[in-house]
Amino acid sequence: MSALRPHSCTDLFVSFSLLALQGFGGVVAIVQRELVEKKQWLSAEEFLDDWAVAQILPGPNVVNLSLMIGDRYFGLRGAFAALAGMLTAPLLIVVALAALVGGMADQPQVQGALRGMGTVAAGLIAATGIKLMAALRENVMGMAVCAALALASFVAIVFFHVTLAAVLLGIGSVAWAWAYRQIGRLARAPESP
Amino acid sequence: MTMVFTNADWALLLLHFLSLSLLAIGGAITTAPEMHSYLVTQKLWLSDSQFTASIALAQAAPGPNVLFIALLGWNVGMNAGGGAAAGAHAWGTAAIGLLLAMLGMLLPSTTLTFVMTRWAHRNRELRAVRAFKQGMAPIVIALLVATGWILARAQVQASGHALAWLLSAATALLVWKTRIHMLWLLAIGALLGAVGWL
Repeated sequence: MSALRPHSCTDLFVSFSLLALQGFGGVVAIVQRELVEKKQWLSAEEFLDDWAVAQILPGPNVVNLSLMIGDRYFGLRGAFAALAGMLTAPLLIVVALAALVGGMADQPQVQGALRGMGTVAAGLIAATGIKLMAALRENVMGMAVCAALALASFVAIVFFHVTLAAVLLGIGSVAWAWAYRQIGRLARAPESP
Repeated sequence: MTMVFTNADWALLLLHFLSLSLLAIGGAITTAPEMHSYLVTQKLWLSDSQFTASIALAQAAPGPNVLFIALLGWNVGMNAGGGAAAGAHAWGTAAIGLLLAMLGMLLPSTTLTFVMTRWAHRNRELRAVRAFKQGMAPIVIALLVATGWILARAQVQASGHALAWLLSAATALLVWKTRIHMLWLLAIGALLGAVGWL
């Protein structure tokens, strides 16, 4: 585990509140930059592990992720602190927005600005994936197999509109089985001098 | 919109979100079609435009997109209390609607996540658990890039301006290669959109 860690539940709450408040259209991009690159609470590999679990379980991914990270450092209290941080301030803002400017959402300038932010958010999320590719160097399946699995998943979703559940079940079980075999082979192989 | 809302209806609202929580693989938004057919078409608790505006506002505001659930609950509660014109009473029912919707949507999935994470951590040396994490890593990366791609494509299709591809790609490149603050990029996007370039 990384040497740096949150000091307290308050630290978790404040950190996740700040993450959530910067997260327009994709909090995961901010989580990766702040917790992995800046605060270094997690390594890229640990982040990938956690994000895989957060993705495959039902529920909002970043909510799951905050709960997992909070639990790791401070147990149930940490999970609640991180979760509350992720939800409280944004909840107040979104309700205030709905109450105040809900009627303005039809104006062309507002629509245009929303589209522009959505376009940028798309790039932010894609960049998060690109940056995490470096973590695959340590993968037991090897870079070539990883690249093939990633490409197959990408093409299935983007061009063939395969659902997320089907990709996780289909390509995911192939990858799981292959990684299982590789771990066994590496354990049996004699140590190279 | 006004309607008669009984205690049984509050229970049904909670139950509806409870029943969808564990189906929301990939995020709450994947169950939006079910919510629309129940809340708008079947129960008439929300208007079509309230439903769409809830999703749009939650995506524009900072924070997790799951907050559109809070707005759906808020709007149902507001309608149940007689609309915003009814004053404090409607704000109270709106708050109840918000809490029930969020509780229903999050309680089952967060409980499952909590239990599963602890189990996986206790058994992290198991070959099956290690293989799962190693095997999923490339797929998870592909999902992130694919999500970005799909969002960018949707913006291009909505606006008809191919310039959106360029802005998304430039953003990805800047975030990957530099340490520029993401809020600057979002502000630039909002500005370009507001003046009609996207």
